[in-house]
Amino acid sequence: MLKRVAYYPGCSCEGMAIEYDQSVRALCYVLGIELVGIPDWNCCGSTPSHSYDPLLGAALAGRNLAIARSQGLDVVMTPCPSCLKALKTANQVFRERPSEFLDVLGMPFSGDVRAISVLQLLYEEIGPNLIQKAVKFPFKNKKIVPYYGCLLTRPPAFAQFDDPENPVSMDRLIEAAGAAVPDFPHKTECCGAALGITQRDVVMRLTGRILDMARAVGADALAVACPLCQQNLDLRQDQVNRALKENFNLPVLYITQIIGCALGIDRKTLGIEKLAVKTDALFQSA
Amino acid sequence: MQRPHVLQIQKTCDQEFIKRVERESGQQVSKCYQCGNCGASCGYTFDFDFPVNQIMRLVQLGQKETVLGSRSIWLCANCQACTTRCPCNIEVARVMEALRIMSVAEGVVSKKNILLFYDEFLELVRRYGRVFETGLVARYNIKALKPFTDADLGPQVLMKGKLALKPHKIKGLKAIEEIFKRFESHRGK
Repeated sequence: MLKRVAYYPGCSCEGMAIEYDQSVRALCYVLGIELVGIPDWNCCGSTPSHSYDPLLGAALAGRNLAIARSQGLDVVMTPCPSCLKALKTANQVFRERPSEFLDVLGMPFSGDVRAISVLQLLYEEIGPNLIQKAVKFPFKNKKIVPYYGCLLTRPPAFAQFDDPENPVSMDRLIEAAGAAVPDFPHKTECCGAALGITQRDVVMRLTGRILDMARAVGADALAVACPLCQQNLDLRQDQVNRALKENFNLPVLYITQIIGCALGIDRKTLGIEKLAVKTDALFQSA
Repeated sequence: MQRPHVLQIQKTCDQEFIKRVERESGQQVSKCYQCGNCGASCGYTFDFDFPVNQIMRLVQLGQKETVLGSRSIWLCANCQACTTRCPCNIEVARVMEALRIMSVAEGVVSKKNILLFYDEFLELVRRYGRVFETGLVARYNIKALKPFTDADLGPQVLMKGKLALKPHKIKGLKAIEEIFKRFESHRGK
């Protein structure tokens, strides 16, 4: 089992997704995983760098892997799927175009630092069984649907994690936390991602569709593992309600917050109060 | 909607464009036999001017101007559903990405506001080393002449301490600037 990993929070975990960062840190502490900061990490380039030759994003993300390597670490964990993709792309571009990549990066790079998501860490390294044993406050009589989004499992050859069409890692973790997991057909349908600011109409339609399905299967809440998905589903839920003349009222929690609550970490530490849609009903026993 | 080139395919076929897309995406677009899986999987077909399978066909036919000027390549969110389901193992999303990059290089971007947002994002990364979300939205809103985008979310996120009022500058800014500079000189070659 991994006991010590480099931690790459990514920019959103310093701002809009601060509760994701808080809950990741609190949960890893309780589970005995040491998160080693990457000193002076920088932005991975995310989606915007994809408008230019992939060398730019690869070099920006690559700097972080190189720093982690210089600290003697060979696994970087990030909560953000977009950062995850960028970090993995750095290794890919290094393999495909080594001389150009090293040229732009301008520092030693070994290409052997593996990037994994926090979900992968929880599912593959800790595992639902161990988590279930540690649960003190199970979500009894609650239904929580897992929403995986696009990048955690796709494309399969690149993600090398879970199933691209019907992923189950979060399902198993939610079950371990004591909640029921209804079948959820929209597990991997895209929420609109980075288009929230530039093309809000598109995000309203796609996010609305996911919320609609969650409501239809009787969910009390959604579990997510991506800052951007969380923002679209939770913070923009009011906008969706106005745009689509709907009345969705579905809490959207990070998977780390759900497990954290079940393990008895206090809600303030997990940043539950920072979520937009109120979660009170989820914590009242039915 | 007017699609003027569709009826004049032979006249507007650019062989060089086909080769370039295949080279830059690393994908053999010619393998596509129009099964339609990508278009059916795509959450954005509703908003595209050409569904992604038609983009693939237009690339095969060398319809450079139509493809690079399409809304589709910019509304694509790179969600990878198409790539995952392509029976020919074409990384369709990588083709879309190559087309986006080419449309920037050729100066024919259809959704200028999306590129503007991305450029503002990268400018902040260059300046601070990390993204400064408050600054990003503010800069985009001013430059896109949409001053009230997401203003409704402001009070809530400010009250919850989710928005920084000042950017965080990393120490290694020089290294970041050098990455950008070396990238630009590489691109200029």
